[in-house]
Amino acid sequence: MASVTVKRLWKEYGSTVVLENLNIHVKDHEFVTIVGASGCGKTTFLRMLLGIEAPTKGEILIDDRPLLAEPGPDRGIVFQRYSLFPHLSALDNLLLAADFAGAPFAARLFGKRKRAAIDKAEHLLNTVGLSGARDKYPSQLSGGMQQRLSIAQSVMREPKILLLDEPFGALDPGLTADMHTLIRALWREHRMTIFMITHDLKESFELGSRLLVFDKLRHDPQAPEAYGAGVTYDIPLAHNKVGKDQGVPTLA
Amino acid sequence: MRRVINRHPGSGSRIALGLLPFVMLAALYLFSSNLRLAENPNDKLLPSLNSLGAAIHQMAFKEDQRSGDVLLWLDTAASLQRLGIALSLSAALGLVFGIALGVVPYVRATLSSLVAALAMIPPLAILPILFIILGLGETAKIALIVIGVAPCITRDIALRVAELPSEQLIKAQTLGASTWQLVLRVVLPQMWPRLIDSLRLTLGSAWLFLIAAEAIASTEGLGYRIFLVRRYLAMDIILPYVVWITLLAFATDWLLRQLRARVFPWTETR
Repeated sequence: MASVTVKRLWKEYGSTVVLENLNIHVKDHEFVTIVGASGCGKTTFLRMLLGIEAPTKGEILIDDRPLLAEPGPDRGIVFQRYSLFPHLSALDNLLLAADFAGAPFAARLFGKRKRAAIDKAEHLLNTVGLSGARDKYPSQLSGGMQQRLSIAQSVMREPKILLLDEPFGALDPGLTADMHTLIRALWREHRMTIFMITHDLKESFELGSRLLVFDKLRHDPQAPEAYGAGVTYDIPLAHNKVGKDQGVPTLA
Repeated sequence: MRRVINRHPGSGSRIALGLLPFVMLAALYLFSSNLRLAENPNDKLLPSLNSLGAAIHQMAFKEDQRSGDVLLWLDTAASLQRLGIALSLSAALGLVFGIALGVVPYVRATLSSLVAALAMIPPLAILPILFIILGLGETAKIALIVIGVAPCITRDIALRVAELPSEQLIKAQTLGASTWQLVLRVVLPQMWPRLIDSLRLTLGSAWLFLIAAEAIASTEGLGYRIFLVRRYLAMDIILPYVVWITLLAFATDWLLRQLRARVFPWTETR
């Protein structure tokens, strides 16, 4: 639903160059995985896409229009942790998105519209395998369940772009396979454009339709901060090509 | 022999140990009281249990000869009413300003230094000003408590809002929340239990201000009574009043804690 164009993007903190001259075009419904060494600007890039960090130079276009410089409902985010609302049950965490969209003043839906939102939320809970945890608070869920809920919460608002900042980084390795199936199913069903940062090389190759490797293009041993990172490898991943229909698996 | 830090009392002995200091204090009191009264039966400083009981009976169960009121209950109602009104006002002010300070950077830039300065003013120092401006009625007493307590609650709430993980606020925005919706559904509900904690912490100073204000200008109230009977060295009334005030403060604290656990179950499960 959305293409992303990054044009001559620079990010500097004082004299430290984090990203230099980034040029990327991501087509609609691509699943971009991003890997790179620590401190090479992956998260900074994601924060700029989110609109909570401003580029020093250059611009980011979404569907050829400049990105709004604050977080908005067109770009969903799943952080490594802390992105659920502890005072709301799993169901209410999902309903919140519908409440925000449908009730500007009361921030709460009632009656028929609430019923419709609950149906949608319950369907999503089912998709992410959490129907049994409907009335539980986030602190009563395991780490893996929390991340699935957080993903479902973002999908509830149907963002055009979904940003994932190492969403499975804090999980047991055994859980990640399930999460991969889930995220790929959601990607196909909701046709989002996805950017996902990961530390896991295997994951980055398996999961996406395109892999970006961030690293420094030039290096000055006397002044390591003088040059920033760019995209050193841009690898299309044929096995997950956009449009290739593999059906929609769901989690049990 | 295990280390001291690893040896825990059982549940029965824990209760017994908790009661022990109180029992010892009571015993110490009775011992000293007997000692003094043996020397001088008219001693007023440490009255015997009998005279304490008589005074309690007089204050709590018999009508005053002059006014026809039962004084302890009259005083309790007056004090609790002042405290209740003042604490509700302080909580409301603290919540509104605390959230505004914590959420909106422009409000923070404008008001945070003012609130910090207000919180530093010793409230008792401006009590004369309050009496001059507001008169000697209820308003001045309530204002004193509010001035003493509200800035602390405001600062506490503002800090608690700032402690919310930024991830939560960003996530809410990506779900389409406006500032108003964000405050209503994300910030405010998480601040209610904090507000109760904050009230519990300020309860002590609220009582302090209440008693100070009543001592200076009042016609009824727990603090008023204590300072009134001080003129007659009536320790047999002062001591039960102090115990009664302590019990009231303890009960309020307990009730607030219960309320927090009942109404906000999600804070208990983390």
